[in-house]
Amino acid sequence: MRLATVALALLVAAPAAAEPVRVGSKKFTESVILGEIAAGLLRATGAEAEHRRELGGSRILWNALLSGEIDVYPEYTGTLIQELLADAPGDLSDPAVLSAALASRGLASTGRLGFENTYAIGVRQDLAEQRSLRSIGDLAAHPKLALGFSNEFMEREDGWPRVRSTYGLEALNAQGLDHDLAYRALAAGEIAATDLYSTDAEIAHYDLRVLQDDRRVFPEYQALLLVRADLDPAVLEALARLRGAIPPQTMIGLNARAKLERVPEARVAADFLATLDVTADVVETGRAARVLSTTVDHLELVLVSLIAAILVAIPLGIVAARRPRLGQWVLGGVGVLQTIPSLALLVVLIPILGIGAPPAIAALFVYSLLPIVRNTHAGLTGIPTPLIESAVALGLPPHARLRRVELPLAAGSILAGIKTSAVINVGTATLGALIGAGGYGQPILTGIRLDDTGLILEGAVPAAVLALLVQGAFEIAERAWTPRGLR
Amino acid sequence: MLTFRGVRKSYGDVVAISALDLTVRPAETTALIGPSGCGKSTLLRLAAGLVLPDTGTVTFDGLALSPATIEAARHRMGYVIQEGGLFPHLTARANVTLLADHLRRPRAWIDDRVESLRDLVRLPADSLARFPTELSGGQRQRVALMRALMLDPDLLLLDEPLGALDPLIRADLQRELRAIFGSLGTTVLLVTHDLNEAARLADRILLMNEGVLVQDGTFADLRDRPTGSFARRFVSAWDAP
Repeated sequence: MRLATVALALLVAAPAAAEPVRVGSKKFTESVILGEIAAGLLRATGAEAEHRRELGGSRILWNALLSGEIDVYPEYTGTLIQELLADAPGDLSDPAVLSAALASRGLASTGRLGFENTYAIGVRQDLAEQRSLRSIGDLAAHPKLALGFSNEFMEREDGWPRVRSTYGLEALNAQGLDHDLAYRALAAGEIAATDLYSTDAEIAHYDLRVLQDDRRVFPEYQALLLVRADLDPAVLEALARLRGAIPPQTMIGLNARAKLERVPEARVAADFLATLDVTADVVETGRAARVLSTTVDHLELVLVSLIAAILVAIPLGIVAARRPRLGQWVLGGVGVLQTIPSLALLVVLIPILGIGAPPAIAALFVYSLLPIVRNTHAGLTGIPTPLIESAVALGLPPHARLRRVELPLAAGSILAGIKTSAVINVGTATLGALIGAGGYGQPILTGIRLDDTGLILEGAVPAAVLALLVQGAFEIAERAWTPRGLR
Repeated sequence: MLTFRGVRKSYGDVVAISALDLTVRPAETTALIGPSGCGKSTLLRLAAGLVLPDTGTVTFDGLALSPATIEAARHRMGYVIQEGGLFPHLTARANVTLLADHLRRPRAWIDDRVESLRDLVRLPADSLARFPTELSGGQRQRVALMRALMLDPDLLLLDEPLGALDPLIRADLQRELRAIFGSLGTTVLLVTHDLNEAARLADRILLMNEGVLVQDGTFADLRDRPTGSFARRFVSAWDAP
């Protein structure tokens, strides 16, 4: 009895003590680095922390923080003011009003990190020195400079049109071009200035100077860490060490190391923390270990969703075959589910199931239904009438007829439906990485972000191999399970 | 044994059976004959409860067939169709024992029964392990007959049982069936479109046309004294063997 009480107390107490702080990050390099920094800092102070990286866009992270699925993530004031808290009352550019708006949602900020990541205009360092360009307004004195801006920046009302009118740059000539081409044109001396984000890695790489926005045309995008207000005060205190600790040049340098030099974000973060006299351990996993871990994640997504779909879809297919009128609704219903775009489905599922594997599994489950329901229905309705009547006339009750005659005769079709679902699932499961479910989509997503073909292949090749293996396994199973009489 | 009282059955606008009264007598082989679409197959399907009459009743051994009574009645009927209706995913033996297995009859009883039926229909022993696709047409029909006879039914319903076989095998099987029916003393209701087959197998022949019973009697009655113009035409179209 006493032992049981102690065990119970341990069970109740243990999770609370071991509950790690969950740091989230958005799916771009700067956010991942900041997430690594926050998690590394917490670990160095003795707290348990895990970094759930590249979970998605602002809305997903914000909702995950509100629902308590994550405890911390890096955000920008501009995003808060213009998007996430857009319907909050008062002037949110006032820090006190912003804090109050966050507090009313059970959130807080650990303070600004020291840099902002907003639209900016950059010029070549040599040109800037030569013409003594410091702020955007200085451009007005040099109407012959050629400017090249990304097409989006050219067209956005708060982009070039507002900059031009605010700083009186009507005399300057600006042309629209692709963002990546703009950097090359800048390096080649064909244009003097372009639009960029103020912490872009390329600023360091191409040796650019960011012109000051004295008149604040661009909205303020100060970086900060958003946290849940109910976090352990010790955690909040630890994170507060990052307040003002990352000046713009530092962030540009960190982005450049990760993005241009391909240094893993964890290593970049640890090296930064070392400058704060914080020692963070970096666990660098080899390729084989990474592939193994993504394989396990991927198989979990595929298998759990597929098994659930089999358990639901076969009975649905049976019902559809037994009751033709209801069957039309069932087939129509699962058909409609199939047409929901995967991203839309994931977004709908996140408020219900949170982020990570559950919504991904639910989405895969939904997409697995149609092939299995349809093939079960087709297999059962395709059985020749004389065979059905023979089974009926024999005096087999309906359930025995189903089990001993109809399902075995439809088995080939049903198995083919399951195979289709499984193969499609292996491919579709890569999308799970968009919402933090892991799997082969994770290296693909990171590879796209870092423009790292090797990393993309690390997800794409195993996904293709797995699809082929699944296909092969089903074909072997089909051969093994089909009775001689049906071959 | 089996009686039809005021039975009418139509499929949409098409009347298959109109106002039929009929008693199938026990221990007799009764053949239903007539052109295609005359309603003879529908009559057999009514007997097996595969379709229910629009009006009237079908009574089997004193019990009116209805969804509630049909399943128990089927266990006392055997049913064989043209292509045998064997389940392709089961061996011949599993086809034969399917219902007995489901009803949990003792294994030894099943084995004995299969062995004696195999003797009766003269099926080679190794055929039982084969799947239907691995058997000849004649062997398939023998297996189908074994399946129908497995629970020693009181009534055997046969829908063109030899219709898909070539003439030589067909003639052999007709002789054998006649002997089997004689030895079992079972009531048989048989559908055929072949007057020769009806003559060889049946004690009583029912000629049907357009859902109506045209003549009821022995083969000799039909051959020598056809009643009405349809019966006369039907008999004269048939070449005596």
